[in-house]
Amino acid sequence: MALKIVKGSIDRMFDKNLQDLVRGIRNHKEDEAKYISTCIDEIKQELKQDNIAVKANAVCKLTYLQMLGYDISWAAFNIVEVMSSSKFTYKRIGYLAASQCFHEGTDVIMLTTNQIRKDLSSPNQYDTGVALTGLSCFVTPDLARDLANDIMTLMSHTKPYIRKKAVLIMYKVFLKYPESLRPAFPRLKEKLEDPDPGVQSAAVNVICELARRNPKNYLSLAPLFFKLMTSSTNNWVLIKIIKLFGALTPLEPRLGKKLIEPLTNLIHSTSAMSLLYECVNTVIAVLISLSSGMPNHSASIQLCVQKLRILIEDSDQNLKYLGLLAMSKILKTHPKSVQSHKDLILQCLDDKDESIRLRALDLLYGMVSKKNLMEIVKKLMLHVDKAEGTTYRDELLTKIIDICSQSNYQYITNFEWYISILVELTRLEGTRHGHLIASQMLDVAIRVKAIRGFAVAQMAMLLDSGHLLTGNMQRNGICEVLYAAAWICGEFSEHLDDPMQTLEAMLRPKVASLPGHIQAVYVQNAAKLFATVLQKHEGATDSQAAQDTSQLLIERLPLFVQSANLEVQERASCILQLVKYIQKLQQKDVEVAEEVSALFAGELNPVAPKAQKKVPVPEGLDLDAWINEPPSESESEDEKPKAVFAKEEPKQSRARHIEVDEKELARRREARKQEQANNPFYIKSSPSSQKVYQDAPGVEHIPVVQIDLSVPLKVPGMPMSEQYLKLEEERRQKERADKKKKDKKKKKREKRGKGKRDDSGPESEEDITPAHQVDIVTEEMPENALPSDDDDKDPNDPHKALDIDLDNLLLGNDYRPLADSEKLPVRTHRREVLKSPEEDGDQDGITQEAKRRSSKEKKEKDRKSKEEEKKKKKKKHKHVVEEEPPEPLSEEPVQSEESAEVAAPPTSTSAEASDLDFWLSSAPVPPPIKEALAPKTSVAAAPDSEPDVPKDAEPDEEKSLKNKKKKQKKEKDEKKKKKRHHHHHHHGDGGGGDSVQNGTVEEEEEEEPLPPMSNYCLLAENSYIKMVYDIQGNLQDGSQVVVSVIFENKSNSFLKSMEFNVLDSLNSKLQRPEGASPHDGLVVPFQLPPGVSNEARFVFSVQSIVMPQKLKGTLTFIVKSEDSSTHEKLDFKLHFTCTSYLITTPCYSDAYAKLLESGDLKSSSLKLEGLNMPFHHLLARICFHHHFSVVERIDSCASMYSRSIQGHHVCLLVKTANQTVSIDAKCDEPSLLANVLDEIKQTFSQC
Amino acid sequence: MIKAILIFNNHGKPRLSKFYEHYNEDIEQQIIRETFHLVSKRDENVCNFLEGGLLIGGSDNKLIYRHYATLYFVFCVDSAESELGILDLIQVFVETLDKCFENVCELDLIFHVDKVHHILAEMVMGGMVLETNMNEIITQVDAQVKMERSEAGIAGAPARAVSAVKNMNLPEMPKNINIGDISIKVNLLLQRL
Repeated sequence: MALKIVKGSIDRMFDKNLQDLVRGIRNHKEDEAKYISTCIDEIKQELKQDNIAVKANAVCKLTYLQMLGYDISWAAFNIVEVMSSSKFTYKRIGYLAASQCFHEGTDVIMLTTNQIRKDLSSPNQYDTGVALTGLSCFVTPDLARDLANDIMTLMSHTKPYIRKKAVLIMYKVFLKYPESLRPAFPRLKEKLEDPDPGVQSAAVNVICELARRNPKNYLSLAPLFFKLMTSSTNNWVLIKIIKLFGALTPLEPRLGKKLIEPLTNLIHSTSAMSLLYECVNTVIAVLISLSSGMPNHSASIQLCVQKLRILIEDSDQNLKYLGLLAMSKILKTHPKSVQSHKDLILQCLDDKDESIRLRALDLLYGMVSKKNLMEIVKKLMLHVDKAEGTTYRDELLTKIIDICSQSNYQYITNFEWYISILVELTRLEGTRHGHLIASQMLDVAIRVKAIRGFAVAQMAMLLDSGHLLTGNMQRNGICEVLYAAAWICGEFSEHLDDPMQTLEAMLRPKVASLPGHIQAVYVQNAAKLFATVLQKHEGATDSQAAQDTSQLLIERLPLFVQSANLEVQERASCILQLVKYIQKLQQKDVEVAEEVSALFAGELNPVAPKAQKKVPVPEGLDLDAWINEPPSESESEDEKPKAVFAKEEPKQSRARHIEVDEKELARRREARKQEQANNPFYIKSSPSSQKVYQDAPGVEHIPVVQIDLSVPLKVPGMPMSEQYLKLEEERRQKERADKKKKDKKKKKREKRGKGKRDDSGPESEEDITPAHQVDIVTEEMPENALPSDDDDKDPNDPHKALDIDLDNLLLGNDYRPLADSEKLPVRTHRREVLKSPEEDGDQDGITQEAKRRSSKEKKEKDRKSKEEEKKKKKKKHKHVVEEEPPEPLSEEPVQSEESAEVAAPPTSTSAEASDLDFWLSSAPVPPPIKEALAPKTSVAAAPDSEPDVPKDAEPDEEKSLKNKKKKQKKEKDEKKKKKRHHHHHHHGDGGGGDSVQNGTVEEEEEEEPLPPMSNYCLLAENSYIKMVYDIQGNLQDGSQVVVSVIFENKSNSFLKSMEFNVLDSLNSKLQRPEGASPHDGLVVPFQLPPGVSNEARFVFSVQSIVMPQKLKGTLTFIVKSEDSSTHEKLDFKLHFTCTSYLITTPCYSDAYAKLLESGDLKSSSLKLEGLNMPFHHLLARICFHHHFSVVERIDSCASMYSRSIQGHHVCLLVKTANQTVSIDAKCDEPSLLANVLDEIKQTFSQC
Repeated sequence: MIKAILIFNNHGKPRLSKFYEHYNEDIEQQIIRETFHLVSKRDENVCNFLEGGLLIGGSDNKLIYRHYATLYFVFCVDSAESELGILDLIQVFVETLDKCFENVCELDLIFHVDKVHHILAEMVMGGMVLETNMNEIITQVDAQVKMERSEAGIAGAPARAVSAVKNMNLPEMPKNINIGDISIKVNLLLQRL
């Protein structure tokens, strides 16, 4: 054997391995592609061989080639083969290749499910690790669904190495299979307190990723994270948590208050810059969430700004960059604090590092004021000139425009200056942002009426100068501004001094080289100009000029008629005909000017881009309803294909519809007109109608500030923005002087009333009045527009699906248990093949799940009572709060609202939420009050799990009262629990059965519903207690089974001190806690009030599973009635059937076929006669009671598969004909098979 | 989340590429090329962050890189990651490589890209940071190397011998392209991650 291996490897060693491949590629620098293609051919040969080592080597090489950009998806199947090698070395190669090239579209990925599952449960932790790592890269929704449960069990693996990987990969699973989030979340939360720091860090990581997208669902975890933050020393974890808090604070301002102090402490104490930086960031987030103005918070801001200044001044560029980044966040809410560091930021504009310059630019956005806008923009314009890279220059350009146009041109005092800036920017070569400048020009010209004269003059100059026409037009985006220039000149042509000249400029032959949409605008606006020229010359006696203009158009327009652009052509030919007609009229000396200009009469009003969308739909209006009756289907079918060449018949039929409704339509039209007249949002064509909605300053009524005379209306030549700086300064001085005069008068009157305000600096923001007025955007929006910010949300965001409310999962009064449909699928078959029997396999898993949970319920109970306690404390606490002096003003709105909520009866909010409230509201309790209370109190409250909750003391009597209540509550809980139990487990007894067949009934409506089934069978019963049990194989440990026993108290007394004991056999042993002797019983971890049932689970280890066996056991307990208590015992026999060692395991038909072919299996068969039940019921029973899954079902024949906990394969072929069922079975362990078949037989003999 | 991890040399030749979101090979190559262009034209003394939003979806993304001698290590991350933290992570990564390869140089990465992948897998999983403690990473990597050796057993010996012989045939193979001074000042002070 060994020789064979050596021989094989000697054959192999002359194969090319990865190193040889790399070496080869390096040696073939000239013909690399050719060399690689021969290598790929070799690899293809190697992949055809049977030797897995050769294959692995080939796959390893492919992985390298993938990095070089070669597609290797053709080898996907071979990769799967290598992945399934039993050797770790090869397996790892396979998984690496898969992680590099598999994705959701890879079809072989579905073959991997079982392999991955096997690796996940491998005894070797590195097999599991490699599978998890690989899976994290290529998990698909199917894989996530099928493996979610396996991964979840790994989260509790004994090895932290596996635990942390399993925890981390859950995030990917959630993304692909959001349904898994709710069932998995409690365990994920547990992992936050895992003893291993790596696991803890992984859990924090996952929850932070989840919370980042849907923070509100994770608010209830804040206390836990707070605890971690104050206790953890791992900087990675701290950073993550602090980042998470940054996301949570906007939702809960009280959280922010609680955070400030520890964060400030961290800022002072930490030496890790990364931590410091994140702390500063979160403090900023907190400050943003708290509306500013509190005195103690301004200290925090100062601290942050100071620290950031230190970062920015650091020689390390990274810190500088981050400092600026954080500064820009402060800027949004506290611009004043940042503005004091203007020097530093302007300095950064000169930094050699582009990233830093860009960040500094961002900051400038918030630093401008009316006062310094011109100055800052001037500086930026200098940078524009100096900038070498186009990207940076473009960035500067957009920033200049951003800065100037922000909040509706708030800071612009002189629009002539702004227009000149825009015109100067047009001199930039090769910018991508021509359209941006153009839209600014249009915007300003339309909305600032006073500037139109100036703007038109400038635009005419732009059109005339033609420097924009030169150069490579297509590449040069700047020609876009001509679009704006032409339109402005045309639309506002009445302001033009010499329209003729502009018209001439617009019709130059060179224009034809511009992009089509610009030419179209040129043509259209030439017509407008034409109308203006006509009008100008109309009154004059000399008609020659007007006729010359017509002639000019007739000469030049044919150039555009020939344009390849459809729109240009259409407009040009239309206008050409028009002009020709006009020329005819002119020759007859007919006055046409008025009629021509009527073509372009009326003014365009600005409308905000989103205005239309924001008009709310009036009540009662159904936009989807047909206005007229829909055309009948046959017509529409006819119409569709013929739409382009529509014939007359369909038209006729449509006309009929109209006729029918003619009167009704007329009536509606009337009504609509009426409504429109009253509707302020309806834009009407006639200017008179505007008056209807002129309560707000409208176009006509805008109090346009007259342009100050000190500003010349036109700067000769190309405008120089700099001139405006000086002019502006003069204007302001003058204004100030005027104001002072007024103020003096006022002062005299008021004596010293407001003296302080007047002294506040040479000029404050308000003092600077703009030279021009902007039509405010609000007018452009409908009044009751819905303020919706979700316009930009991406509907395809995968995280949307993860927006799942987890709070009620984490216990509360309205605790919503996981619905059956929400549980993780446990080893079910794939959905596509699913028929009713598998569904039952699924249910089987679910009951398991339910059982697992029921053991948790005890814990829940404990917590509930604790919460109850807390609530009471809180009520009292609230009482205390009411006594204290009112909180500082700014806090009030939040606080008052919250206190109302907290004081409300606890039933209204979920316990967890009010828990959070309590945690949060406890923060601002002032110490003096506590002291005042202290003497009165004697007993401290029960120890609390959260150390940071101040422990309120409480008087004696209240406590005893509370204890009583607690008891009552407990009882109630238990009753509730009983109900739940019936629901989950007692499927057999009546109403509870529905949970089992839920899925079946829904999905298989056409078939008969299954009768309710339960695997629980009676263990023992007497007049006090009834025990039913079920046995399941343990998924993780091949030598363990879990016995779930439900104890039901049938008596009227209290049952307590229950002890469960069995006599171990050689083969099967009850797992007892360490140190216990093999004869000790296990204490059942609960007591049973009358009528209550509860479930306990006991783990047994078994050695051989091929034979069924019975274990004798005894349950001892104490019956406690009102006056007496007696010891009782109940003997029972636990029957371990072979079935109970089987685990429902899905199997693919190809793997199944392989298994059967392999010939390792022994066969046996069974015949059942006289069975009168539908085939799918039969299958369902086998699946449910014997833990099989259906591999394939064809008519009345089905193949089924199951696996024992020790890995034996059991295959069944079930056939039915005439009430006879024959089962052919194969298994690698004959005696196991025989016993399973016996048990199956027994199952069916009972019915 | 980390979106991608790229290592390439001063000429833009990829030495390792790990994408945590799927792209087809052409786009991957394009991303590598563009990233190289962005990163390589930057001076030595500028900050290590770059807004590379256009490369791998979303403006939320940043490129965080370090340059060691002949190699660039580039991490593309979104805003959930701490910038300075990632810089430290790169440092941990490089130091780990240095330990695992004993004075790592570019050639180690060229010829043993699979090993680099395996080391990386112990640090970052599916785009999330798995482990930052260097000793822990090295322990796990070593344990796996040991397993690999034991599996190869006698069968592995001849192959190793042959590969040694093959290497002997390459006297010109430069051995001393050291990755340089990796103990670059860690001014970020994430003390003992």
